[in-house]
Amino acid sequence: MSSDIAISVRGLAKAYTIRQAAHSATTLSEEMTNQFRHLMRRDKNEIFWALKDVSFEVNKGQVVGIIGHNGAGKSTLLKILSRITEMTDGEVDLYGRVGSLLEVGTGFHQELTGRENIFLNGAILGMTRGEIRQHFDAIVDFAGVEKFIDTPVKRYSSGMYVRLAFAVAAHLRSEILIVDEVLAVGDIEFQKKCMDKMKDVSTDGRTILFVSHNMHSIHALCTRVLVLDQGSTAYIGSPAAAIERYTQSFKTRQVTATAERPESARRGSGEYRFVYVQPVKQHFEPAEPKRFAYRVERRRGSLGRFYLSAQLFNETGLELAQMDGRLVGRWNQDADAVGGELVIRTPWLKPGNYRLDTSICTASGIVDMFEGAAHFQVGSVLPYPHTASATATALGAVFGDFDWRPDARLTVQAAPYEETVQSGTSFVE
Amino acid sequence: MPTQASFKRTTLRPTRGWVGLDLAELWSFRDLLIVLASRDLKLRYKQTLLGVLWVLLQPLLAAGILSFVFGVIADMKRSTDLPYPAICFAGMLAWNVFGSTLLKTSMCMVGNAALVSKVYFPRIILPFSTVGATMLDLAVSVVPMTAVMLVFNIGLRSPSLLLPVWLILLLMMSLGLGLAAAALTVSYRDVQHVLPIIVPFFMYASPVGYLALTVPASYRHVYFLVNPIASLIEGFRWSMIGTAPPPTWAVVYSAIIAVTLLILGAAVFRRMERRFADVI
Repeated sequence: MSSDIAISVRGLAKAYTIRQAAHSATTLSEEMTNQFRHLMRRDKNEIFWALKDVSFEVNKGQVVGIIGHNGAGKSTLLKILSRITEMTDGEVDLYGRVGSLLEVGTGFHQELTGRENIFLNGAILGMTRGEIRQHFDAIVDFAGVEKFIDTPVKRYSSGMYVRLAFAVAAHLRSEILIVDEVLAVGDIEFQKKCMDKMKDVSTDGRTILFVSHNMHSIHALCTRVLVLDQGSTAYIGSPAAAIERYTQSFKTRQVTATAERPESARRGSGEYRFVYVQPVKQHFEPAEPKRFAYRVERRRGSLGRFYLSAQLFNETGLELAQMDGRLVGRWNQDADAVGGELVIRTPWLKPGNYRLDTSICTASGIVDMFEGAAHFQVGSVLPYPHTASATATALGAVFGDFDWRPDARLTVQAAPYEETVQSGTSFVE
Repeated sequence: MPTQASFKRTTLRPTRGWVGLDLAELWSFRDLLIVLASRDLKLRYKQTLLGVLWVLLQPLLAAGILSFVFGVIADMKRSTDLPYPAICFAGMLAWNVFGSTLLKTSMCMVGNAALVSKVYFPRIILPFSTVGATMLDLAVSVVPMTAVMLVFNIGLRSPSLLLPVWLILLLMMSLGLGLAAAALTVSYRDVQHVLPIIVPFFMYASPVGYLALTVPASYRHVYFLVNPIASLIEGFRWSMIGTAPPPTWAVVYSAIIAVTLLILGAAVFRRMERRFADVI
């Protein structure tokens, strides 16, 4: 029975000590002054539990997705399982070799050639030189960089760089593969290639643990999904149910954020506070302007000038846009109350749930940070003149306002864009 | 594809206090050690005009200056029949093994921060991988050393067989200090600033540009006690060009210090390494 288990996690916990920003020492002298201060009056170091009592088991050959809001502990979990950092409490059994891919191209060196980097990166990921030699041709072929294999990677385009890096990792022969959000790179064709490769890996009987914000790939790849919420296991089960659960938790978070948090619990110096930020309707269509009525009131003191700002998030927690009042010249002077309307004309939003955070700021800092100030839904009336299959709108976080216009004059001088090695120019970030 | 039953089980648990080295694991990562060492070598002289010539020039120039300052200006030549440049050069080679290993190991964790925070491997591989570059430097310097010995007509003799012993002891000492420095640098970058001051200071406190014989006899005991590197450099030079050997007691003392430092350094490193990924 136990021979089917690939990963067994029991009561896993990880604590980080957070020091007050002003007290975190990076030099010895700071540390000494801090220690001295410690003696004088006991500073309390805050302990933050990134993970608490997480237990689960993964069978061999399963592809397990891990989803959760930002800060839910996904990355910490992967780091512990791949032994980069140590747990504070609990126990983990891993059956077989573990390969982890938390970043594409870890250890790649700009000055080294593609060939040298394959060996370097392979060894860093835990392959022996024999294994790398054995897979070398397959790696080069998968990445499609035959011609440039002896060119330093600093001359590669970013696409080539990423492809080469992923190709090395894709040929890792470990029994357990831990992958963090790396499919979010490269062009669509390459992403598809990677997805196929991951499916191959799992049909091989190897086990994959996979973190992503992309529900699409979670659904397509995983056989089971683990939902993390504030460091604990919120749910583990089928992908559909887990994704549903996760989107639900997104909504409940919205409600708690707005309704249950008292004004005093909000961050900021507090001279002014948002009283409300109210969408004019609960339900907008993708292309229509989203309007919100707001009211700000003075609680104490005065500020001189201040401005309002807002951030828009979609339901995966992705920050879509920042609406900073300074950019449109909207400064407010001290007054007992300020009211008005926030209009967001673009981007065109995809169907789903959205959250708006608003803040009151001055040049010197934040006065009121109103997280989850407003929530609204966007319906499914597409902003385009024609319809197509679901694949036409499957990708991207927002809808683009675009057209493919033919223009005869441009046809003549059309220079095909080709990805080439450019000497002297670095394309790599 | 191995059968299901053959999968090796690894159990992860929180560790506390002092831990030993997992030699079996280190062995399984030997390829990484080789690859990292060869990376350092390849990167070393990329985009330099003179390339590997720097390895030859650096100790030659340093020895040249030392023999001018100590041999000509301070006129310490009287203490020996041997040519002064050969004395300085032999001292410089031995010193470089110590000094450059110490400096390189102390920087290796911070220099590879991206690796440390993104992938697992026994962390101690990084400091050990820097030794490769130092050893190659030494191997390359054998060329000018041979030239110096030919010019001054010094032949190899039986003490030359002890050369590896001096090198190993120097490496142990510098690695021990380097491991502790590397681990400390992760939390406190001060170490990066302090070492480049201390290391040259110790070079002048060591018999690199002069012979330990020139230290007044009444101080010589204290000299060898305070500076355990001294007897090793003297020993290296004795093996290489036949200057006076260091006193046996001083060599034994230095060997004990070298072993102790290596063990202590590794222990400090192992104790602090579990925080590396969180702090670096």
